[in-house]
Parts: sequence; structure tokens; C-alpha cells
Amino acid sequence: MPRYRFPQPAASEITPEPVWRERRRLLAGLGGLAALPLLPACRQPEAVPPPAGNPLSIVRQTDTTGGEALTRFADVTGYNNFYEFGTGKDDPARHAHTLRPRPWSVEVAGAADRTGRFDLEDVLAPHPLEERIYRLRCVEGWSMVIPWIGFPLADLLRRFEPTSQARFVAFRTLLDPERMPGQRRRILDWPYVEALTIDEAMHPLAFIATGVYGQELPNQNGAPLRLVVPWKYGFKSIKSIVRIEFLAEQPLTSWERSAPHEYGFYANVNPEVDHPRWSQRSERRIAGSGTSVFAERIPTRLFNGYAEQVGALYTGLDLRRFY
Amino acid sequence: MPAPAAVAAWPAAAIRSAVFLACLAPLLWLALQLLRGDLGADPVARLTHETGIWALRLLLLSLAMTPLRRLTGSPWPLRLRRMIGLFAFAYAAAHLLVYVALDLQAYWPQLLEDIVRRPFITVGAAALALLLPLALTSTRAMQRRLGRRWRTLHRLVYPAAVLACLHFLWLVKADWREPAIHLGIALLLLALRLPPLARAITRRGTQT
Repeated sequence: MPRYRFPQPAASEITPEPVWRERRRLLAGLGGLAALPLLPACRQPEAVPPPAGNPLSIVRQTDTTGGEALTRFADVTGYNNFYEFGTGKDDPARHAHTLRPRPWSVEVAGAADRTGRFDLEDVLAPHPLEERIYRLRCVEGWSMVIPWIGFPLADLLRRFEPTSQARFVAFRTLLDPERMPGQRRRILDWPYVEALTIDEAMHPLAFIATGVYGQELPNQNGAPLRLVVPWKYGFKSIKSIVRIEFLAEQPLTSWERSAPHEYGFYANVNPEVDHPRWSQRSERRIAGSGTSVFAERIPTRLFNGYAEQVGALYTGLDLRRFY
Repeated sequence: MPAPAAVAAWPAAAIRSAVFLACLAPLLWLALQLLRGDLGADPVARLTHETGIWALRLLLLSLAMTPLRRLTGSPWPLRLRRMIGLFAFAYAAAHLLVYVALDLQAYWPQLLEDIVRRPFITVGAAALALLLPLALTSTRAMQRRLGRRWRTLHRLVYPAAVLACLHFLWLVKADWREPAIHLGIALLLLALRLPPLARAITRRGTQT
């Protein structure tokens, strides 16, 4: 098996030095304008607060973005879609303290030889942690660049020895209206369910995150463990997982059930396939100068810029039909 | 016993000023947060949402003035109606401006595509288009010039309010509660204009 190649920017995508120097000069010039020190674009990135628990130690770091500016810690942890804690972007940060991510267990079921309920510690113990800097593109048209900490999903799934029947892997979020007050209203058909094909799940880019920015995941980011699938819209990256099931048939996922014409099973980032109510051609990047009101939209890329790595998974698939 | 004119004048000015400032407050608050960099992770989305929601709230508030007049018999609702309606238009215009200038960055092909192909933007644009002639004919001079036709023309605010609610309802992903509440209020305010209901809520002796 050939060694996996992490995404590298094509030579054509790298901004030539004279160009970026000129941009910086221009920006610096703008900085001289009155009142600009007050604008967010001119603020220094906020420092990441020290972790509440033990800092996570990692064995390697991989930047899959070719050096794109990181989203600030405050935005990664303060601007979230996690409807189990409310539908406002700041609701999860305000309300997710009720989650209690320890003790935690994960149930493994379906077409695998090792199934059952596993304590979180046993789930995580064998996996050395690494950092992966990934783009995250939300179906709503905004994006971030996030330094996740975790391990490849494939490494976890292999331990359960899926059988040849396992063609899909479904994930389920905790169902507990006490700890997840947003579940008291039926905005979605709780619990939240997401799924991947087995090939997608085994792809080296599919990742289980247990931390971000060098520390354990804050509750609002899906503690204690969540999926990160960087070439798909963010809603595929299910949070606070309590159940993993290997299936022979394609399951119905939460957003598919909620609005089947708008959200498909695959949900691959694709600028050519619009959401029925809005365009997916471009995105607002919440990072660097992107948090300024004058930031330019950036073009959205097929598979969120990971086409070279994941394109082969979809050979022959009509991406318009299987959106 | 009628109050002397000079005494009656100062509370009138005070009430008008207070309502004016109250209507302006959300915009000032947004401007302050903008300058302080406090609009959150996605400031453009925040500005779009806030200007839009305040446009809708003020539009519904302006629609509440006629029923309020009937209920209370006070002349004040009708005196404030124009100002509130114009503020609604101003917020709606700011909403469009944020969308075009900051979100689309004046990329016109996208704007045309959005208006033609995205129903929620189509109905939003239609609502604003209906409000434009109302804002333009809001002066006393225009009111006099148009006479009876002014009243007919200004009934365009009814479809505008419904379209604005649909615009809101149509853009949410799953949580319909807030837009549904706004639509419910709009429909209630329109229902109160149906002659039997209008008569039923009218305080005796009120000129309508």
C-alpha cells in the first residue's frame, strides 16, 4: 500500500512572494487610517488560555492547509452549531457546561467482531495523539481553520474488527435532555445521527478529535470525542459520540431526515452544487482578516480543497445526484 | 379641561424624541460593537441578521399602531406611525446595503442570481420594493397630493409585512420558532383590520 500523502498546496496555489509582500504593505498602509486600531482585523490574535485539564501531548503535527491562517481560539470555541445546546451560534459556549463529558462510554454495535460498551479511557488509550490542521466548511457558507488534536478514525474502527458486511458506519450523539437542554425542543429528531461509507470512514483524513488548540475539547466543540471529516460540510462531523454502529445498509442521517431536498447523505463540500436556498460558490473565512466586516469572500473548493486526497472515493458517482 | 398649548407641547416633543431614540438605539448599538470589534466571529452575518430582524420588528410595530389607536382611542399611535415605518424602511435599506456591499461585495451577477433563483431572497427583495414607494410618499405634501389614493397605496405595507416574515421563515435551517412568532404577530395585526374585528376592538368614540 503506498504511503499516504498529506495534502500539499499545488505550486500554482502558492502566492508568489512579491505578491504577498505587496499585500502586506497595502494592509500595513491601511493600518495607518484613523480608527482602524479599533477594528477587529487589526487586533492581535487572542492568546489561547491555558487548558483546564492536562495539556495534551502530541506525537506529530500536520498542516493540511499549506499555512492558511488559523481561526482564533475564541472563535473556534465561541461560534458553534451544536443544536443540542440551542440554535444560536453562541448558545453552545453559554450552555454546554451541563454536558459532563466524564465519565463517558461508547457503545459499538453491528457488523463487527468486537462490539459492546467501552469506557472512554479504553477507547482512547491505545491511540497516540496528533495535531491536524484542517479547514472546516459549514453548509451555511462560513469556514474556519482549526488545529484539532486526535487520531485517525480508521485506527479506532479497525480495533472493533468490522466484518465484510460493514458497508457504512453510523455515529450517534448523546441523548440526554438534562445534559443537552436543546433536546427538550424537537428541532431535529434527537438523537443526532451521522454516517459515512466504510471507505470514507477508513480514509486517512477522517479523524476523531479529542482536543483542539493543544487542550482537551471544550464541551461546546463536542467533548469528549467527535468526528472531523474535513472534506464534508461541518454537520457531518458529529459531536459527543456515544454510539458507533457498523451497518450493511445506508442509514438515514439527521439532516437528511429533517430536509431531504437540502441535505444529502454525502454532503461533500462542492461549489458546483448549491444548497437549494443559497449558493455554495464562496465562503466567509473566519480567520485572520476574515473577522473584519470588509473581508473578502473566498472561493469554495471542491471537497473543501481535499480533492486530491479524497476524489478517488467518488469516482463514477454523480455528485449532483448524491449531494 | 384641555391643557394649555404650551404645556401640551413639551411632552409631545419628549415622546417623539424618546421613540426616535428607541428606534435608533439598535443601530447605534451595532455601530458601537462594530467599532469595538465585538460583533463576533462572523460580523457580516451578525450585521445582516440584526438589521433584518429590526426592520421586521419595526415594520410589525408600525402595523400595530392602527389597532392600538382603535383600542385606546389615543391619538399617539397615529402620530408615531410614520416615524416607526420610516425606521423600518431605514433598517431594511441597511439590511440590503450590508448584504450587497459587505456580503456580496457588490458582486452584481451573484445578486441577480440570488434574486432570481433563491426564493427567500426574492421575497425579501419584493418586500423592500413594496416599502420603497411608501417611504417616498411618506411626507405630508405627498399625503395631501395623493389624497384618497395615499391610503390605498399605503396598504402595500400589508403584503410587505407578510413577505418579510416569509423571508425570515424561509432562511432558517430547522428552528422555525422565532420566524413563526413574527408571522403569527403579522397575521394577527392584519386580522385586526378586518371590519368586524376592527369594529369589535374600537373604543367607543374613537375616530378612525
